[in-house]
Amino acid sequence: MKLRTMLLCAALMTASLPIAGQSVILNNPGPGGAYVIRNATIYPVTSAPIESGSIVIAGGKIVAVGRTVDTPEGATVIDGTGLSVYPGMIDSGTSIGLTEVGSVAGTRDIQELGDLNPNAVAAVALNPHSNVIPVTRINGITTVLTEPGGGIISGQSALIQLSGWTPPEMVLKSPAGMHINFPRVRTTPLSGQPQDEEGEKRAKKQYTSQLEKLRDTFRDAKAYEKALSASEKINAQHRPEKDLILHALVPVVRGDVPLVIFANLEADIREAMKFSDEVGIRMILSGGQEVQRVLPELRSKNVPVLLGPIWTLPGKEDDPYDLLFSNAAALHQAGIRFAIRTGGAHNARHLPYQAAACAAFGLPKEEALRAVTISPAEIFGVADRIGSLEAGKIANVIVTDGDPLEIRTNLVRLFIGGEDIPLDSYHTLQYDKFSRRP
Amino acid sequence: MSQLRISNCGFIVRRTSVAIVTLISTFQLYAQTAANREILIRNATVMTITNGTIPGGSVLIRGSKIVAVGPDDQVRAGAGAEVIDATGRYLMPGIIDTHSHTAVEGSVNEISLPNTGMVRVHDALTNEDISAYRQLAGGTTTANILHGSANAIGGQNAVVKWKWGRPISEWPIADAPPGIKFALGENPKSANFSPPAGVAKQYPATRMGVAEVVRDSFTKARAYMAEWDTWNASRNKANLIPPRRDLLMEEMAEILRGNVQVHAHCYRSDEIVMLINLADEFGFKIATFQHVLEGYKVAKEIAAHGGLGAGTFIDWWGFKAESYDGIPHNVALMTRNGVLVSVNSDSDELARHLNLDAAKAMKYGGLSEEEALKTATINAARQLGVGHRIGSIEPGKDADLVLWSGHPFSTYSRVETTMIEGEVYFDRNRDLQQREDRKREKEALLTQEREAEEREKARAKSTAGGSKRGMGNER
Repeated sequence: MKLRTMLLCAALMTASLPIAGQSVILNNPGPGGAYVIRNATIYPVTSAPIESGSIVIAGGKIVAVGRTVDTPEGATVIDGTGLSVYPGMIDSGTSIGLTEVGSVAGTRDIQELGDLNPNAVAAVALNPHSNVIPVTRINGITTVLTEPGGGIISGQSALIQLSGWTPPEMVLKSPAGMHINFPRVRTTPLSGQPQDEEGEKRAKKQYTSQLEKLRDTFRDAKAYEKALSASEKINAQHRPEKDLILHALVPVVRGDVPLVIFANLEADIREAMKFSDEVGIRMILSGGQEVQRVLPELRSKNVPVLLGPIWTLPGKEDDPYDLLFSNAAALHQAGIRFAIRTGGAHNARHLPYQAAACAAFGLPKEEALRAVTISPAEIFGVADRIGSLEAGKIANVIVTDGDPLEIRTNLVRLFIGGEDIPLDSYHTLQYDKFSRRP
Repeated sequence: MSQLRISNCGFIVRRTSVAIVTLISTFQLYAQTAANREILIRNATVMTITNGTIPGGSVLIRGSKIVAVGPDDQVRAGAGAEVIDATGRYLMPGIIDTHSHTAVEGSVNEISLPNTGMVRVHDALTNEDISAYRQLAGGTTTANILHGSANAIGGQNAVVKWKWGRPISEWPIADAPPGIKFALGENPKSANFSPPAGVAKQYPATRMGVAEVVRDSFTKARAYMAEWDTWNASRNKANLIPPRRDLLMEEMAEILRGNVQVHAHCYRSDEIVMLINLADEFGFKIATFQHVLEGYKVAKEIAAHGGLGAGTFIDWWGFKAESYDGIPHNVALMTRNGVLVSVNSDSDELARHLNLDAAKAMKYGGLSEEEALKTATINAARQLGVGHRIGSIEPGKDADLVLWSGHPFSTYSRVETTMIEGEVYFDRNRDLQQREDRKREKEALLTQEREAEEREKARAKSTAGGSKRGMGNER
């Protein structure tokens, strides 16, 4: 009896803990199904929109896009009359899969201890059944960059599909980047009061030591890589003793994985570019609140920007009110490649609206759409697989009743990797349940 | 104010009486013209909120008030009226944020006691918080500035308009009913805070305790009121010592008398029900439930309580355990159950685009455009007891208006002009022009500062030399 009660209690406790994160129904035919969406307006993004067009999805891929297409046998036909078809959107910076409840440490896996964590790999800690995933994807976001944060070298991000039973099934690219939380002098934090003279001194000292630590680590990594290469080419018996931290930096040092450097202030962005030059590794800037003060440099060094979050307050009191809203237009005008990131998890679903906010302040609407589709795909080197509606690409496809960057637009169909994903989430289920409360 | 200052300086009046008289009459003339000054906004899509939307509509403002609203051909202005051509633009009433902590000097939490109902946000307001201006640039004109949520019963609120550039004394809405903050759940449970070493944790640590703090406060308040009743009723006051005045108990008593609006921060449905029962027991109303992310679970109970409804951020969730069941359909579900709902910010940033949060009430749960618009305007105004002044475009109401480049529910729209009481407090073109001026001004100030520093250095050097010489001479 006692045992049974205990077991029952345990079962009840588990049931009452949605915090554990249980994604809603994902049962569907899998990526094997074939679908044809007919008579819709198709927005391939990389080419002009097609009125009364069709798109064929089969075997997880986009098979054909055009005015007239061949329908594979047995394909499910979807009438797209009055509807629009777009590629699924991409958020270029989130912690989706690494966090469930913001303030509950046990559900957060974003920041490892210590300053140097190049060997922290987001792809191994993703929770495929997080409730955040369906909440995000039913707003048309099919792919996100999930990134570790904090410290100095935060770890390796993964570009993930928002569907899959296991982390490997979700991962599109890992590592997508080596993330550096660039040191900054914390005397006048982005919001808050300046410190006293003593505090300022301490902050500067800490800043210098953090920069040194970063440079030292990369010097060591280069030496390690050199030794490793030498042993691979010349003498396999003299491999350097495996150092997990330095080993994680080898693909970075070899130029196979870019640095994604998080920096917001002008001085920090400049220092980050200097650092990237010194170590001779290409960088992608993430954050970028003050990009408008470094446009020529970003352009001449060909640094792409993962801009955002856009819905953020300007850092300085005398910044223009629309500083964050106007950054994207400035980057576009300067010819600098950029994508939009929300920097969040639970409200990564704001991605399309934050992109639109840039369009309200000077960015052409088509460019806003590109910033959440093909541009990030290009920046992360996966434009051959996602980011547009083109034959041969992974079928990340959204069907809407209007412009996907508008709040009032509804998603009516969602395909991720060719799977017909139900438009349910923990939120829609709660809504259904309590709509029925007697 | 200026007259007071002049009379206090009688000698100045005597010496420059002519100039002063001219000044006063100019001032009076200005005040008069300001009161009669007419602005006609024409050919806008006028979203009145309470009387539908008028395409090709006009709004006539006289002084600080709206005097006429209607189709262009039915609204006539006087000869001297300033005309704003709003072709292609949307006009709506200023957005009202029922949950703000902007423009408060220092902390919004008097964290030291479980009940700090005696402290007042009014005493800590500042007109120097740039966020006020930034919110004007997002169409927000009015805010309910609340105490923080560290205590079961927090401090007293201030309902203000963002009159950026005006003295802070002009910001509060004079006839807004007073209000107070309550807070339930995780925040007042001090177990969730880490007190500094050596400082003991403070009661309460559970939702049970939070309920008891509220009950205890009103139990004491009843006793306090009874004490005063006895005193007031006594015939031989001269021989009696009156009860000691207690500022906290005074406030609690005012709540029990129904003179103070309670704005209760809450998340979970159980604590909402708890507070409703407690308020019913003590015979007062909870004016608004704030955040109230699980309001949809007990919407009927909230409606039946008969307060002024709920103010919530529409789609924030998951940032803590008690917000995990927050769903964006909350606004629609509560509305459908007869709860008056407003969307609010609790954030200097979110307060810049509450129009979009209202739009989400259409997306999630399918409110009509009209219902959704109300959540950022008239519903909020009613909840703050200022529905007679603001929240819709109606003759007689304050001319708090926002002109948008497009439909305020479009993510591509931005605010062009924001007015409060007929005065322009934000204008995008003006803002763009001022940027250049400000840049020059800033550079000039920096140069001035640098030069002053150099002069100071040079003087210090020469003074140091001089004193040495002086000493030498003495010898």
